[in-house]
Amino acid sequence: MTTVARRERPDKQDERVVDVGTVRRLLVRPELGAIIGTAVIFGFFASLSDVFRSASGVANWLDPASTLGVMAVAVALLMIGGEFDLSSGVMTGTVGLTIGLLTGHFGWNVWFAILAALVLALSIGFLNGYATERTGLPSFIITLGTFLMLQGLNLGVTKLLTHTVLVEGINRAPGFPLAQRIFASTVEIAGAEFRITILWWIALTVVATYVLLRTRAGNWIFAVGGDSRSARNVGVPAGRTKIALFMTTSGGAWLVGTMVALRLTSVQANQGIGDELIYIVAAVIGGCLLTGGFGSAVGASLGALIFGMTSQGIVYVGWDSDWFKFFLGAMLLLAVVSNHFVRRYAERSHK
Amino acid sequence: MSADADAVPAHPLLEVRDVCKYFGSVLALSGVSTTVRAGEVTCVLGDNGAGKSTFIKLLSGVYMPDEGGFFIDGRPVHFTTPRQARNAGIATVFQDLAMIPLMAIWRNFFLGSEPTKGWGPFKRFDVDKAREIARKQLHEMGIDLRDPDQPVGTLSGGERQSVAIARAVYFGARLLILDEPTSALGVKQAGVVLRYIAQARDKGLGVIFITHNPHHAYPIGDRFLVLNRGRSLGDFAKSEITSDELTRLMAGGAELEELAHELGRSVVRSGELAST
Repeated sequence: MTTVARRERPDKQDERVVDVGTVRRLLVRPELGAIIGTAVIFGFFASLSDVFRSASGVANWLDPASTLGVMAVAVALLMIGGEFDLSSGVMTGTVGLTIGLLTGHFGWNVWFAILAALVLALSIGFLNGYATERTGLPSFIITLGTFLMLQGLNLGVTKLLTHTVLVEGINRAPGFPLAQRIFASTVEIAGAEFRITILWWIALTVVATYVLLRTRAGNWIFAVGGDSRSARNVGVPAGRTKIALFMTTSGGAWLVGTMVALRLTSVQANQGIGDELIYIVAAVIGGCLLTGGFGSAVGASLGALIFGMTSQGIVYVGWDSDWFKFFLGAMLLLAVVSNHFVRRYAERSHK
Repeated sequence: MSADADAVPAHPLLEVRDVCKYFGSVLALSGVSTTVRAGEVTCVLGDNGAGKSTFIKLLSGVYMPDEGGFFIDGRPVHFTTPRQARNAGIATVFQDLAMIPLMAIWRNFFLGSEPTKGWGPFKRFDVDKAREIARKQLHEMGIDLRDPDQPVGTLSGGERQSVAIARAVYFGARLLILDEPTSALGVKQAGVVLRYIAQARDKGLGVIFITHNPHHAYPIGDRFLVLNRGRSLGDFAKSEITSDELTRLMAGGAELEELAHELGRSVVRSGELAST
């Protein structure tokens, strides 16, 4: 008999149980594919380029990974909750432009502008969530609408007020030095300038992982994404959970928009457009299911890391960076297909 | 159960008195009455469209009755939301079981009622406690849980029913409503679920067992309510009805005889045709 007595109950044997085993247990982890992907990509570029391995190289590829990572984690939570937010990319632009216009054009204190942008972002997130919840329509369509509206507003309002497509002068506003230190400064480690956004990114990943795995809210997020009707039947506040997730995503967009605006001190009216798909790519590479109910924050972070390493690595090994998107797409397909088969294999092993 | 017989409480756990429900001009349920006592199983039988689902939804607080009412321990109750019914100790195990296939068994077990530890912003889901309780509760119900971290989607239909029943029992249900728990199962699996129903009953819970299968209902039931097209065909104690009578009543009694007659005659007729 292939039966193996289980650790938990050595007194009782069940002929249906074949030991699940550590390897298969590991395979059902959503972030497994991303861990392997990260190792492979790092090994690949590190072996080809010295600069990629150096401290300044690391700082260089962690930089794009960090701002993407903040959003990827928020978007992953939303996707685990079973929804999409296509307006998340353009919302970083909306936040940046709001801060830029309030400081540069109206002369506000930077901190008040940041606060106003936060209120605006959270309101948009709330509206996205509320509209999805009340209409029962796919969030894909609802947020596609928000995406287009924000895109139009960003351009329209910017042109109306500044007569250009660029907002400038954030650095001349009161309160700028401290705000920049918190959201957009660099820290020197081993002779390389590391962006402070990396800290934000790591902190957010830790918090999101904790919320997902160790709080009631985390249990609810998995449940509303897995089957929101069943979740409602056992008393999970599904509507509130989903609205909170949309607001988390727009909160992430606020953080990233603020970081970018304070770093560049000027904001383009088309900032962030198209990024929403990159966030989803990072979350999916990190093991999130498009159908919801499955995924991880660590995985999404690693997805962002893969993105950062590839985008800079291609430059370091001297390839034409025009090919970057091609690699990204291929990696997405590879990740989705391998995640799919690994999961099927792992689940079959239970039966 | 015999211990209860010594001191029968003055009021049954649940009494349903002349309940009616309309949807517009459609009569979904009319004049239905029955009782459920603690430690007993009341079976609600009926064919498709008999009003079983409406009956469950009235009891679980999803709908409100248009006429008649419910009495718990002899006191009238009015549920306007499912949560009120749950707070009154009525737990409904719906056909779709309200479980999330991709989530681990222990996460499903506590979904919506997670135990927490800690304080303020550090209040967190007590996962060790949840895992341990889920494992223990299922073990007590005699459910042979292989791995509490296993996703519910990998369990068989009977196992899922059993986990749902164990969950309801653990969360202090006094009255368990089971919506066709055996209908989609094979003979052996159905037997397993019936055994868990008996376990719940022996723990002193009142059970309402909804089914269209009199062969599942009769062995375990103490009381039988038969519905047909929204009306009650009768509410019997086990001593008042035999298994055969129940089957006949359930299948529409006279209708079934007519059907048998019709089928029989057509056979005779084809026989006559063959002989000529």
